[in-house]
Amino acid sequence: MTKEVTLTIDGKEVSVPAGSLVVDAAKKAGIDIPVFCYHPKMEPVGMCRQCLVEIGRPAFDRATGEAVLEEDGSPKINWGWKLETSCTNPVSDGMVVKTQSEKAVKGQNDMLEFQLTSHPLDCPVCDKGGECLLQDLTLAHGSAESRFSFDEKRHAEKKVALSDDIWLDRERCIQCGRCVRFQSEVVGEAVLGFEERGSHTQIMTTSDPGFDSNFSGNTTDICPVGALTTAQFRFGARPWEMEATASICGECPVGCNTVLNTRRDVKSGGKIVVKRVMPRQNEAVNETWLCDKGRFANHNTDNRLLAPSTEWTDAIASAAQKLSAADEPVFVVDGSLSNEDLYNIKSLADEVGAKALCYSEAGGGALTTKSASYGKSGAGDAILVIGGNLYAEAPIFWLRAKQAVERGAKLIVATEAETRLDAFATTVVRDLKKGLEVAEEIFAKAENTVVLYSGDDALAQFCAALNPTSLIGVWEDANTQGAWEMGYEAVSDLSALKGKTVYVAGKSSLVAAALESAEFTVIQASEEANLVVGQTVSIMETSESVCVMLPSRTIAESDGTFTSAERRVQRFFSAVLPMGDSLPGYVITAQIAEKMGVTLDIDAEDIFSAFSDLSYADLANISVEESLLIGGTCYENEQGLGVMLPAKA
Amino acid sequence: MFYMLLRHRDIENLNQIDTFLKEDGFEGFKKALKMDTTDVTNEVKEAGLRGRGGAGFPAGVKWSFMDNNNWPHYVVANADESEPGTFKDREIMESNPFQFLEGLAIASYAVGANAAYIYLRGEFWEVAHFLDEKIEEMEKAGFLGDNIQGTDYSLNIYTHLGAGAYICGEETALLESMEGKRGQPRVRPPFPPSQGLYDKPTVVNNVETLTSVPYIINKGADGYRKFGTEKSPGTKIFSLSGNVNKPGNYELPLGSTFRELIFEHGGGIPDGKSIKAIMPAGASSSMVVANDEALDTQLTYEDVPNVGGDLGSASVIVVDDSISLDWLINKTMDFFHHESCGKCTPCREGSYWMKKLTERIHSGEGTEEDVALLKDVATQVRGKTLCALGEFSTMAVVTSIERFPEDFAK
Repeated sequence: MTKEVTLTIDGKEVSVPAGSLVVDAAKKAGIDIPVFCYHPKMEPVGMCRQCLVEIGRPAFDRATGEAVLEEDGSPKINWGWKLETSCTNPVSDGMVVKTQSEKAVKGQNDMLEFQLTSHPLDCPVCDKGGECLLQDLTLAHGSAESRFSFDEKRHAEKKVALSDDIWLDRERCIQCGRCVRFQSEVVGEAVLGFEERGSHTQIMTTSDPGFDSNFSGNTTDICPVGALTTAQFRFGARPWEMEATASICGECPVGCNTVLNTRRDVKSGGKIVVKRVMPRQNEAVNETWLCDKGRFANHNTDNRLLAPSTEWTDAIASAAQKLSAADEPVFVVDGSLSNEDLYNIKSLADEVGAKALCYSEAGGGALTTKSASYGKSGAGDAILVIGGNLYAEAPIFWLRAKQAVERGAKLIVATEAETRLDAFATTVVRDLKKGLEVAEEIFAKAENTVVLYSGDDALAQFCAALNPTSLIGVWEDANTQGAWEMGYEAVSDLSALKGKTVYVAGKSSLVAAALESAEFTVIQASEEANLVVGQTVSIMETSESVCVMLPSRTIAESDGTFTSAERRVQRFFSAVLPMGDSLPGYVITAQIAEKMGVTLDIDAEDIFSAFSDLSYADLANISVEESLLIGGTCYENEQGLGVMLPAKA
Repeated sequence: MFYMLLRHRDIENLNQIDTFLKEDGFEGFKKALKMDTTDVTNEVKEAGLRGRGGAGFPAGVKWSFMDNNNWPHYVVANADESEPGTFKDREIMESNPFQFLEGLAIASYAVGANAAYIYLRGEFWEVAHFLDEKIEEMEKAGFLGDNIQGTDYSLNIYTHLGAGAYICGEETALLESMEGKRGQPRVRPPFPPSQGLYDKPTVVNNVETLTSVPYIINKGADGYRKFGTEKSPGTKIFSLSGNVNKPGNYELPLGSTFRELIFEHGGGIPDGKSIKAIMPAGASSSMVVANDEALDTQLTYEDVPNVGGDLGSASVIVVDDSISLDWLINKTMDFFHHESCGKCTPCREGSYWMKKLTERIHSGEGTEEDVALLKDVATQVRGKTLCALGEFSTMAVVTSIERFPEDFAK
């Protein structure tokens, strides 16, 4: 148990764990001390000097060690002549802090004036305008007039492409170093740095290609000004025009909590579209970060199946008739579907006595139903990352492995090719078998053990034989784990579909495979299969004889849940209006089922309650998680942290 | 004149090891090696030796702060000598290198360091090569390396060249630079004796400070205290420059007066002009009004503040009555703007702003408001910067405007 320290801030008494910084203690007392360089996820550097406050410490008699008292019996407080940075000073018992005294406020305003001397003040065209720390502080405390001569403002390059994704405006930069420190401290890829010095100091990228990191987008969130912006969102919208909807990233099985920022867009013909994806804080999953794969995922593809091949009623009837007529229909899905979609399809398959398959190249789904979160792994624990390329497949898992090592965990990396995780590993093995042997040895002495594997069923068996606390499959899709939980059978070879009548639901690649082999295919897809498959429109012309196409909705258009590879069930909400005549996947299935004489729910929440011991209300729980959000742009989690499934026996 | 530090002025070829050995060379180190390490530290503490780099912090006290629960320990000699007007360390290293190295070795022994570094400013590359030779000679003579003089104490000394940044004279920036990072100051605390080079306990001492140590060990604290005053014992090298007839280094006991230094030793002001102001600590100084009171003030850490200055590194710059201070502070601001590392806001932005204002004022385009603004900006920087450099940049600015308003009334 950490010792609590009691201090007084602006007359309020507050108790915080020993070692806390004054700025965080103040936050706990509901007092926001202005900061630029400080970020709770990184070591304080005291560079920007914005958080200056008066700090007094109780006086002690050197000889006796006793506290010195004033005449009235209160402890005598020593005040230095200088203001101190609240981000670098740890709290101590009896400390007295004044954040609002005349001297402190003057100091803070002085720093603000310095920051603004050469700042371009191009807020009207700046992407950060509206959610900018400098702008907020200036509006709150800044002077309306500048004492600095306009002609003497320093100018710098305003359009520097650090990479294809990230732009740097050197004139807006206030040299707080958050981006530099994020890359070196948090990610461990020191690809940003400072060059020149003094008033010529500027940010540069040191890698070739520039800003070579899968986490680069996060720097645009933590940048306290509009110096770093994403190419995707640049000049895209004003922050206050957008709606924010909670979602879950669908790009990999980590299950990062996101917010979809949406707005009606002229360029998109007046449709409401997703303008950007932002992280939503969930300390157990993604903290306040997102990888670039998730952040820059395209949610507004034009490649959409907008209407069924015929009228909806005819299409549903035709699908139901074909499925009823088939001897042995097959139901095949992939992990891109929501739990609600999966459940209805599985229910229908069960009713008609058909197989429900989930396509996955990675195997071992039946073994991963006791996985647990490894977000807090540290000293005493051991992690085996085996097969695949975690950095590309599940970047936030990669980041957490790196962080676990920093907290003292042992990390074994067993992959055939070099990976970016090698640098942080305790042991690197270029042979999977050898990796398992090494892991066995290290696991024997470890407390909690985690295996993150990427491979087939055989590899999964070997990993399971290590009997780890947590066996995590790094699936290719966001909800593959959800399919295993529901009892789908794994399939990695689709030749079994040959000559069958198949109900396929999932990504276009899966649909394409079904189209190639099956006799008749009921397609439930959001993407336009023919374009992706690479076939011509002829397939559409003849489609009625080989397939019926039913347009479903994307994550951004749907309500539902995903189960992450760690088995955390999390809720996402529809953020934009559905395109064309598309319907939710579970509704499509329910309608077909109805024609086949099977009744299924058509409400996402009812479906969820039908298969889960949990309810949507459970998923919306927010544990007492202290808000760490000081500065930067990230969404607080107001929609729920999801629920970890208990391990199955 | 008695020389404790500039002994080469009395003894020819003192930078040759044979000569140095003949002149009681390394006797202090040999004596120290027979002493308990804490006794060595205590001797220096009792001698009252104060840091000669500018801050004047008691050297022995600094040594005693070393965290003995964290090893290894390091000693770093600060030879980044870059304060405008300071040129004493260079003379020591070029002409009396062994006494400096001996002092460094004693300090290392006292704090249990087996590796010591000399951080030299990049422009001193010739000095660094020269020191490398001297270090080798010292090794050959059995005063460096393993099991020095038959004891179980081992020490190696290495030179390290900076890249020419004033800020690297600040001890934490120096350590960053040694570690291969950008030369920028660290947040303190932790101070180097608890977390310094590579996060290990480190003593950083100025060259002149270390060069004073052998004498202290040889003659004891009492012997050292025969020079100087109670609070500022010993001798000090004064780098005298500016409007003076005989600029140069003068080693005098602390407690000598400005008048003695400038007029007796420095030969007074040239061309029949009269003295107007003194910058006692290089460009970082306050502008001291050179009246009789100031001239008769003793050059000690405790007395110079009485006339509105600081002894600092004792690089005394003399300013005569032909100099207008608006020109001079434009020069210092140009320097501080150029040397600001850019890490903290008030120094980065303030030095740029002050430079622009002093330029404007000096060019004659400034207004009364500009002068007031300049003083205000300088005051606004004070007490808020990450390190002392930012603080220093304001000293001459504020005091010149306050004490010589006529120079800004044009």
